[in-house]
Amino acid sequence: MVIVVVLVSWVIGNTFDNLSTRGIASGFSFLQSTAGFGISTSLIEFSEASSIGRAFWVGLLNTLLVSAISVALATILGFAFGVARFSGNWLLARLAAVYVETLRNIPLLLQIFFWYFAVLRSLPSPRQSFDLMGLFFLNNRGFYVPALEIFDGGGWLLSVLIALLITAFWQRQQKLISRSCSGMAVLLLVLVFANAGISVPVLRSFNFIGGAVLSPELVALVIALSTYTAAFIAEIVRAGIQSVPRGQIEAANALSLSNKDRMRFVVIPQALRVIVPLLTNQYLNLTKNSSLAAAIAFPDLVSVFAGTVLNITGQAIEIIGITMAVYLTISLAIAMAMNAFNRTTAMRGLSP
Amino acid sequence: MSDPVIKVEQVHKWFGTHQALDGVDLSVNTGERIVVCGPSGSGKSTLVRCMNGLETVESGRITVNQIDLAGGTTAVEQVRKSVGMVFQQFNLFPHLTVEENLCLAPVRGLGLSEIEAKERAEKYLKRVHIPEQATKFPLQLSGGQQQRVAIARALCMEPKIMLFDEPTSALDPEMIKEVLDVIAELAADGMTMVCVTHEMGLARAMADRIVFLDEGQIVEEASPLEFFDSPKSDRTKQFLSRIL
Repeated sequence: MVIVVVLVSWVIGNTFDNLSTRGIASGFSFLQSTAGFGISTSLIEFSEASSIGRAFWVGLLNTLLVSAISVALATILGFAFGVARFSGNWLLARLAAVYVETLRNIPLLLQIFFWYFAVLRSLPSPRQSFDLMGLFFLNNRGFYVPALEIFDGGGWLLSVLIALLITAFWQRQQKLISRSCSGMAVLLLVLVFANAGISVPVLRSFNFIGGAVLSPELVALVIALSTYTAAFIAEIVRAGIQSVPRGQIEAANALSLSNKDRMRFVVIPQALRVIVPLLTNQYLNLTKNSSLAAAIAFPDLVSVFAGTVLNITGQAIEIIGITMAVYLTISLAIAMAMNAFNRTTAMRGLSP
Repeated sequence: MSDPVIKVEQVHKWFGTHQALDGVDLSVNTGERIVVCGPSGSGKSTLVRCMNGLETVESGRITVNQIDLAGGTTAVEQVRKSVGMVFQQFNLFPHLTVEENLCLAPVRGLGLSEIEAKERAEKYLKRVHIPEQATKFPLQLSGGQQQRVAIARALCMEPKIMLFDEPTSALDPEMIKEVLDVIAELAADGMTMVCVTHEMGLARAMADRIVFLDEGQIVEEASPLEFFDSPKSDRTKQFLSRIL
């Protein structure tokens, strides 16, 4: 105990001595100073005149954006491939197996490079964009999508809609076999559109205007993270499905449930008991792996804050400390949310 | 006599190199109550599981309500809608409440509205004497109660035929009676039933016919009176002497 205290105080004292001899400032006042650099992708207003503190938020929001989209896509893809491995269709089952074995056995960084350099940066220029239904455009400057523009009074309606969708989803979770009615949501959606418009990207001379653009870095990162993690999730889903006792499937068959209903109402809900805790790990891995964004210069938290800002200020201890604390917080928040989901949904009927 | 509702003709079934059924012929008439018995490994469970397509057969033919079970998925699904099954291990869905267990198939498979399905669930829970357990989860119930829920779940499809695969074998002795009572009541109501059981009391009380299986073959088919009091084959005599 005494040794530990002495050692820690020596390390701290030594650090402060060295910092002052090299003229590196300490403390968190750097957060208020002007950034002096631009950031390519930002969810909030940001310019060179903004503060470093704001750059931190830009990075954090970008990390959260990439993680959230990738988690959603990885889950959908992972479940699809996991279920496909049980398909009666030989080709589909084999394709799913090949997908899993390929994607999970190639390093993630390499996959990010592949999607960024070999695919997205090699796309044609905006004039020769890939055109999907005249609404979506893919070219070497990014992925152009229609965007929702909200006029006066549309904002609160949108929030009501989102709240309603969440409640509807929750009720579906609680009442497993009911056929959900989303008529109310549709009605509200119409109301939202009455107060909002959709802006479609249009080609003007050399580039598109209107709509929203997802940068090639963002698209590459999202594709790589979600397809890579989906391979692991597919294996987890497969294990989960195999963990459901045979008798359950026989009982569902004896009740003449269709294959789809048997999967949806009997097998998957019980497979979730195995799947959810393992899924939590994958979500945590994905979020932490999103820091590989730095390799293709996508401005995530690590790239902006632990990269650019660190180079400018040199305050490694504070910056790395903050960054680590942020990832720790995000991870713990995800774990808590997943544990809550596990308790309320996956473990339904198991605890008396 | 009317056409048999279940007709099993020259059925052979192998599990790998083990022959489970060896040329079985059996027909069940509407309203008839058949008890299938025999030593373990004799193929009696397999025979019953073949009757709703849970097992497929290598040769021979099984028809239920004139539908050939070899006729693909739609034929099998159609048969299963009119055949209820109760398993040894209950196989209730543990993540669903009792009521949801009962409503799932009627809502998804028969297209009943939720209200209709709930009314039906209530009706059949009363019939198995546990209407008060509707909102509980299966694991909160005793084994006997779970098996009665399983019977109610099968009845909610309003089947023409009920199959029982050793319904009391996984129960504690003091719970067997409550389940047997429910089965006996069903039999008294004229339900067509095929029941695999070791409960010779049940066999004597409710069976119209007892089928004795050994090594995948039907050794003896007789009324309970003949079966218990004057069995013809030596194998049956041996079996009865061991269990009675």
